[in-house]
Amino acid sequence: MAFLRASSPHTHNPNTTHRVMREVLLATLPGVAVLTWFFGLGTLSNILIACLFGLGLEAAVLKMRGRPIAFYLKDLSALVTAVLLAIALPPASSWWLIGVGMIASIVVAKHLYGGLGYNPFNPAMVGYVVLLISYPQYMTLWLAPENLSVQGAIFDITTLFELVFGGLASTTMDGLTAATPLDVFKQTAGLTAQDIYAQKAIFSQGLFAGAGYEWVNIAFLLGGLYLLMRKVFTWHAPIAMLVTLALFATVFYDAGSSNSGGSPLLHLFSGATMLGAFFIVTDPVSSATSNRGRLIYGALIGALVYIIRVWGNYPDAVAFAVLLMNFAAPFIDYYTVPRTYGHKKAQRATHTGGQ
Amino acid sequence: MTSHTIWEVPGGIHPPENKAQSMAQALAECPLAPEYILPLNQHIGAPSAPLVSVGQSVKKYQLIADAEGIFSAALHAPTSGTISAIEERLIAHPSGLSAPCIVIAPDGLDEACPLEPCEQPFALEHAAIVAKIRQAGLVGMGGAGFPSAVKLNPHANTSINTLIINGTECEPYITADDMLMQTHTHELLEGVRLLAHTLGNPDNVLIGVEDNKPEAIAALQEAAHKANQKHGCDIQVVSFPTKYPSGGEKQLIYILTGQEVESGKIPASLGIVVQNVGTAVAAWRAVRYGEPLIERITTVVGQSLQVQRNMRVRIGTPMNFVLEQNGFMASQSARLIVGGPMMGYALEQTCVPVIKTTNCLLAPSHSEMPEAPPQQACIRCGHCAEACPAGLLPQQLYWYARSDEHEKLEAHHLFDCIECGACSYVCPSSIPLVQYYRAAKGDIRKAAADKLKSDKARERFEHRQERLAKEEAAKEAKRQARKAAAELNKAKMAAQQAATETSHSQNLASTSTHKDIQPPAIPAIASAEELVANAATAAKAQQDPTLDKARLSRTVESLASSITRMKAQMAEAVSEGLDPSRIEKMAAKLKQTELKAQEAKTKLDAFDKTLATGVLVDAAAQKMMASPQDAAAKTLSSLQKRLSKAQELHLEAVNENKPSADALKQGVIKLEQKIEEAKQALSEAQNAAPSSSSSEPQQPDAAAAAIERAKQKVQAAASMTPEQKAQAAVESLQKRLSKAQERYAKAQETHDENLEAFATGVEKLELKLKAAMEAQQEGSEQA
Repeated sequence: MAFLRASSPHTHNPNTTHRVMREVLLATLPGVAVLTWFFGLGTLSNILIACLFGLGLEAAVLKMRGRPIAFYLKDLSALVTAVLLAIALPPASSWWLIGVGMIASIVVAKHLYGGLGYNPFNPAMVGYVVLLISYPQYMTLWLAPENLSVQGAIFDITTLFELVFGGLASTTMDGLTAATPLDVFKQTAGLTAQDIYAQKAIFSQGLFAGAGYEWVNIAFLLGGLYLLMRKVFTWHAPIAMLVTLALFATVFYDAGSSNSGGSPLLHLFSGATMLGAFFIVTDPVSSATSNRGRLIYGALIGALVYIIRVWGNYPDAVAFAVLLMNFAAPFIDYYTVPRTYGHKKAQRATHTGGQ
Repeated sequence: MTSHTIWEVPGGIHPPENKAQSMAQALAECPLAPEYILPLNQHIGAPSAPLVSVGQSVKKYQLIADAEGIFSAALHAPTSGTISAIEERLIAHPSGLSAPCIVIAPDGLDEACPLEPCEQPFALEHAAIVAKIRQAGLVGMGGAGFPSAVKLNPHANTSINTLIINGTECEPYITADDMLMQTHTHELLEGVRLLAHTLGNPDNVLIGVEDNKPEAIAALQEAAHKANQKHGCDIQVVSFPTKYPSGGEKQLIYILTGQEVESGKIPASLGIVVQNVGTAVAAWRAVRYGEPLIERITTVVGQSLQVQRNMRVRIGTPMNFVLEQNGFMASQSARLIVGGPMMGYALEQTCVPVIKTTNCLLAPSHSEMPEAPPQQACIRCGHCAEACPAGLLPQQLYWYARSDEHEKLEAHHLFDCIECGACSYVCPSSIPLVQYYRAAKGDIRKAAADKLKSDKARERFEHRQERLAKEEAAKEAKRQARKAAAELNKAKMAAQQAATETSHSQNLASTSTHKDIQPPAIPAIASAEELVANAATAAKAQQDPTLDKARLSRTVESLASSITRMKAQMAEAVSEGLDPSRIEKMAAKLKQTELKAQEAKTKLDAFDKTLATGVLVDAAAQKMMASPQDAAAKTLSSLQKRLSKAQELHLEAVNENKPSADALKQGVIKLEQKIEEAKQALSEAQNAAPSSSSSEPQQPDAAAAAIERAKQKVQAAASMTPEQKAQAAVESLQKRLSKAQERYAKAQETHDENLEAFATGVEKLELKLKAAMEAQQEGSEQA
């Protein structure tokens, strides 16, 4: 009788793309929980709507491309993109806003480039930036954290429905939203850091990086450490990013004067820093491939985040920094090919003469 | 025992070890099989050459095939019996190939031929030990099957400072070496000492064992300690953390010495020799007892077997027999693997033999080794790069392999891939990476071989082309020489004819101008003159630049005449009071033509200047060569030309009422006088000529006749329709052809040296005739 003919290796570790993606989804849970705690049900509604769009769009594009739908949906990559975009968007965003973002993410950034593994840019960040540039008025409206809002966080389904499907009157919106810590810090250039922390509610009610936001970042840091422990990715890119960001913040802290760029803690635990470091920068598809390359890639993202935050036009900058470095990833790869066993030094990939 | 420094190889993986199941039972002996199949090539290198013939009876240990060259190994009968066949049999090969094998039908007696033991192996010389190892047919028993004698015989200029005995056995499931180290500890140590002795007692003798074999390590350490004390040697047993693939030769060298074998080189370049523990034991047995390699320990393992254990199996035993001894349940078996799960290869058939390098037969059940899930997209997670022990970028290699970018693959060191399978093992998208690399390596090797082949073929082809071109060039040169000779002759003849014709037509022409005869005669004379001119130009060699000059001057003349014509037309149009727009158009056209004429004239002048010297020399030479008659005729013709030009100029001046008209008129009159004088000189010369040449008197008549014919032709042509013209052309060509043919025939009879020229003339005429006939046909069709 004839046995199966197969090429070695004949065993395989149980790790699958499905499992990697599931771990990532799991790791977002602490962050999602804290977001919900501080900002209400809006985060969950974001995630729900984004996931529906994500699965629907993925299935539709797969069908159009003539690919097996169930097989590809099972890799969960569409859900990861959806969840990451949903977390990045202001809580309780309109359904159509999320829809536009998901189309940009799934259809344009992912499938038009050939689907999973072929996209040069992080799909969630493409979706985010498309929305930020197209609808700045909606994208800059972050709900106020629980203890700062007039009404408290939205746990009331009716208001949530009105926000997501109706669109509230702007006066009502004003009551619900508040500037983010990075926003506040950017707009109060005349005050010293100490004054800002004392005068602005968002800082005075928080510990070191703004009420609510610091906890969200700590939660995402925990999720990231879980993934690191599970060896879903290596430490190189996220740690390089955080260290560079902290380094910049330390150098330009200026002892908290009115010229200060903000303390390292503010930069590490505000905005999307931890979400970016552990969930966006670590996206393997659009980042550099070698460990040395990832160090450079992460460090440059950290630098760009600080530069755009402090000297640029936007209060937060993770999305732009990541997309800019996505451009540079192949270039980094060219110059960071690891040294192969038995070769004196690493060879640049630009060299293609054989030997 | 001092602890030895351990270096850590990058990458690597920790797959489930699965080593316990085969170590639970004691080492077993595989009974005599009904048949032994011994492939002639069980090693790296040339196949051995059979020394036996079919039907011959052999005894156990008998040499049945000898090494063919240095990179080869001897082969011995594993038991007594008869050679039943020497034929192609299926062998253990990833592609399910067949290869020549010696097949032995055992007689069941297991009779051995006497061996040559050696009581004092350490007293033997290096060469004697290597010879004994070579005679025993030893090959590396770790997997590659490199002939051991070659490794023990390094180049004279490399001194070996380290002997590494590989007891790593990093592949999951396999425990053959573990079992060997535990059961043959003493023999192994003796073997290590012997190998060290053979290599000139290197400074470091290391036995490397992964730390997942504590019993083996303990046994070895004890034995090594004893041996070191007894013999004063320094054999170190080094254990290091378990990680796949630490057992790879290059990886083990790095772990134990921190040195890397340079890409494309062998360990001996670092002064290192690596031998497998199995090889060390076999070497000891070969030298001490004279026992050839006819058996080995093989792990028989997997959940589709009722008994999983290590067995001492004779080389050549069919695998199905080995499996049967262990209760093989074929229906439960997912696949049959020779070697471990990481690097072993799957077999389709079980009737293949165990060979010298078969360290494991793995028969897993379906649940134990399920089929790989379908491949998903690479998400560039980089797990493969982290697992790679060679420091490669497997994901990049994968992209390049998929797009057949061979240059990039080589730049990314594809050939440093040891195919350990760590990358495939960790890939979350279950991409069979190693398979891609194997295919790419095959493609590149094939491309290189093809290139070599095609390069050779091209070289051969180019040589052939060159040779043919040389032959052709030689032929062509001959042909050209003949052709040139023919042309020269033809030209000479034409020149002669032309010269005679000139004098007469000139004669006639001058009279006709003088007498101012009927208009039709003028073109006829002109055409006659043209004929003469043509003949004259033909007389010149082809490279003669005067040809170009003639062409240019013709252009100038024709343009000048068309200008006069157009001017006349315009004057007429103005006087008749035609449409002013038309007149304007005509004026524009005239202007254009004048410009063209100007251009042609400047060209001609420039040409004249460059040629002047050459032409002058030519003309002088011709003058010197020409008879007084010819000279007179030439003067006359040149005067004639000057006169006509002067007349033209005068006419123009008169037409345009230029003040220079009178002066020009004077010039014309003077020229006419000169022509008169020239004519007189010519007639004088002609009168003088007859005495000098007998053929002369006939010629004027001939020329006159030619001119007469030309006149007739012109007249006829004027009244002819196009068809008739074509008809006439065909007829005249036919006439010329028949004449040419006659001449050719005559030349053939007289063996004229210009025969070839005549032949080409006939050919050309034939072609012309054909063309003319076609033109005629076309003309009639159109009509």
